[in-house]
Amino acid sequence: MNKITIIVKREYLTRVRKRAFIIMTLIGPILFAAFLIIPAWLATLEDKEEKIIAVIEYSDSNTPVPDSLKQFFDALPDRDNLKFEYIGYTTLDVLKSTLEYSKYFGILHIPHNVINSEVVELYTKKEPSISMEIYITKSLEKYIHNIKLRKLNIPVEVLNSVQTSIKLKTIKLEKGKYEEKDLKNLRRGVGYAAGFLIYFYIFFFGAQVMRGVIEEKTNRIVELIVSSVRPFQLMMGKIIGIGLLGLTQFIAWIILTFVIVTVAQEVLMVKNNIKEKQQFTAESIIDAKPVTQEQLNTDNKVAEFEGILNKIRGIDFIVMISIFIFYFLGGYILYGSLFAAIGAVVDSETDTQQFMLPVTVPLIISIFVMINAFMNPSGKIAVLFSIIPLTSPIVMMARIPFDVPWAELVASMIILVLTFLGTTWFAGKIYKTGILMYGKKVNYREIWKWLTYKT
Amino acid sequence: MDIFKAQNIRKQFGNTIALNEVSVNVPEGSIYGLLGPNGAGKTTLIRIINQILAPDKGELYFYNRKLKSDDIFQIGYLPEERGLYKKMKVGEQALYLAQLKGVSKKEALARLKYWFQKFEIQAWWNKKIEELSKGMQQKIQFIITILHEPALIIFDEPFSGFDPINTKLLKKEVLNLREKGATIIFSTHDMSSVEELCDHITLINKSKTILEGKINDIRNAYKSNTFKIGYKGNPEKLKNLLDGDFELIEHSTKDNTNYAKIKVNRLLRKNELLYLLIPEIQITSFNELLPSMNEIFIKVVEKSQDVTN
Repeated sequence: MNKITIIVKREYLTRVRKRAFIIMTLIGPILFAAFLIIPAWLATLEDKEEKIIAVIEYSDSNTPVPDSLKQFFDALPDRDNLKFEYIGYTTLDVLKSTLEYSKYFGILHIPHNVINSEVVELYTKKEPSISMEIYITKSLEKYIHNIKLRKLNIPVEVLNSVQTSIKLKTIKLEKGKYEEKDLKNLRRGVGYAAGFLIYFYIFFFGAQVMRGVIEEKTNRIVELIVSSVRPFQLMMGKIIGIGLLGLTQFIAWIILTFVIVTVAQEVLMVKNNIKEKQQFTAESIIDAKPVTQEQLNTDNKVAEFEGILNKIRGIDFIVMISIFIFYFLGGYILYGSLFAAIGAVVDSETDTQQFMLPVTVPLIISIFVMINAFMNPSGKIAVLFSIIPLTSPIVMMARIPFDVPWAELVASMIILVLTFLGTTWFAGKIYKTGILMYGKKVNYREIWKWLTYKT
Repeated sequence: MDIFKAQNIRKQFGNTIALNEVSVNVPEGSIYGLLGPNGAGKTTLIRIINQILAPDKGELYFYNRKLKSDDIFQIGYLPEERGLYKKMKVGEQALYLAQLKGVSKKEALARLKYWFQKFEIQAWWNKKIEELSKGMQQKIQFIITILHEPALIIFDEPFSGFDPINTKLLKKEVLNLREKGATIIFSTHDMSSVEELCDHITLINKSKTILEGKINDIRNAYKSNTFKIGYKGNPEKLKNLLDGDFELIEHSTKDNTNYAKIKVNRLLRKNELLYLLIPEIQITSFNELLPSMNEIFIKVVEKSQDVTN
């Protein structure tokens, strides 16, 4: 068997079996899935607890529910977990002072001049949900809007027929293809995640390469190994082995995230969706009322969320993932070899500081440029840094969703490949000398001298 | 035949010359001592033999042909700075390192079984290295060094850190390996083990070879015609008997016996010494003193120091 293969196998197998790695591999997708699902899920999740709202006009304890308030019976229908009770024979002040001990969640005060004042008040025990607020305002808005129109003697049929709702779909035309904007946003999000992932991987797995080299050096096993294999083979074996480890985790994360998201979608969303739909039809038939905006909203949200999930699964991942993997590996090998060189130069991890700086600075710059690149993806800075090899793996991820010209992409890729060939050669030289150097404080001038050694 | 030959090796690191025109010839089947003070260039030479480093100048031969990269499969190396992966299991680690030396997994497994039985350490197979004592780790290292059955084995300070029991065991195994036909290069500061084991030596100081040859020849060459005589009688009598060609270097008394170290300055009169003494004193022992390797080492190194200074 080829020696590099033997080394790669050891580097990979000893790490892939580690408990920390397995735990990370399993927890990662759960976090990602939670990150994707929970906000959307919470948005569609209705409060299960039934809430009763007391509706009152400011009145005195001798009058029943006034007609001016009764007109809202229809305008503000009960919902699944939200009931309205219209109160008479009491005053707003009394209700307010007894709210804490009452069955009511809140008091909706609709003054008799609401049509002109356009102000209603909602007193609640606890913070009301946003959907409750939206439901009340939308319903009242619509009703009062209609009243105002009716005052102008416009018949209801006409009103209904002129009701218009514009949904703006933005579509960008390009070379015969078109793409909806929300898909674009989604790709932007994926690009963003990809950039951060590469950043994280380079740091995390690069540091593992460095630690592995330091371990071999401080264990003093390195001299034994380099009497069997070339130092360059040992270094590359380590970089490749740990790179495969990262790739394994990455692929496991993607697969597991997809599985979790899909399962979660089936379990959570489908159930919710059916319930909403049933309620929606039942109410429409029995009450023959116009479907309220909020119901439509909820329904839309579910559909929208399903759509997003479907799009996540349906996006042209082949291209995205291919480019991602290319830059991931390229960036990793480039930085991995530098990390290996650092590991070879020092005697312990505490000595790495002075050599880490030139490696971490370009990575941190990459992150800043990437964040900017989302706002101005074809700006000079973004283009420049997506071609400079030390920053291109991360910055390019931000540009990919905005259709990078092929020439720039290819140039960036070629430069990256040439650079990592260069850095592995350069790192190999430092590595070769450094691993056999014990107990010596090394500085940059010393390293420069090593590069001139003939070995 | 020489199993390994290095001719006029030169190696420089920046401005530091590590080896300057160094040549060694290691006869097949010998135990070859590579000696020298710290920083003399021994480790650099060993690393060159192991092809960890390449010489700037000079030729390397293995079995009378140029050394090639595959030859490392026939060389075993126990470095002075040695260690193993602490977190890796003993068996797994030995298999890994054997595979790097070109032994198939199956073959390595069979050989490891043999050695683990021989050293009675089968129980360690699934232990992590960090769970073993230093002496135990050194046994494993020894096995790893010879597992690929190399023709040439290089031990760099093999006994440092070994307890006397393990040192004895290791020495026995070194001699066993030679019996089986292996050649051993042995780098050490422990001159008594050099005298005990080595046939040939090379002494390097300040990146140059200052002494080379068979150990017996060297000791004979450095002998100073000094004799140690044990006798009973009056020391004054002995002193009066000696003329200018005989020089009394040291005199001591122990258990009613006197001991005199006498140097013979005119070689022709070597036998005359006894002739002179026998009538006057009762001689109990008579030995020629050969210089120890330790003495030769110090003498030669100091002399070369003087020359360079």
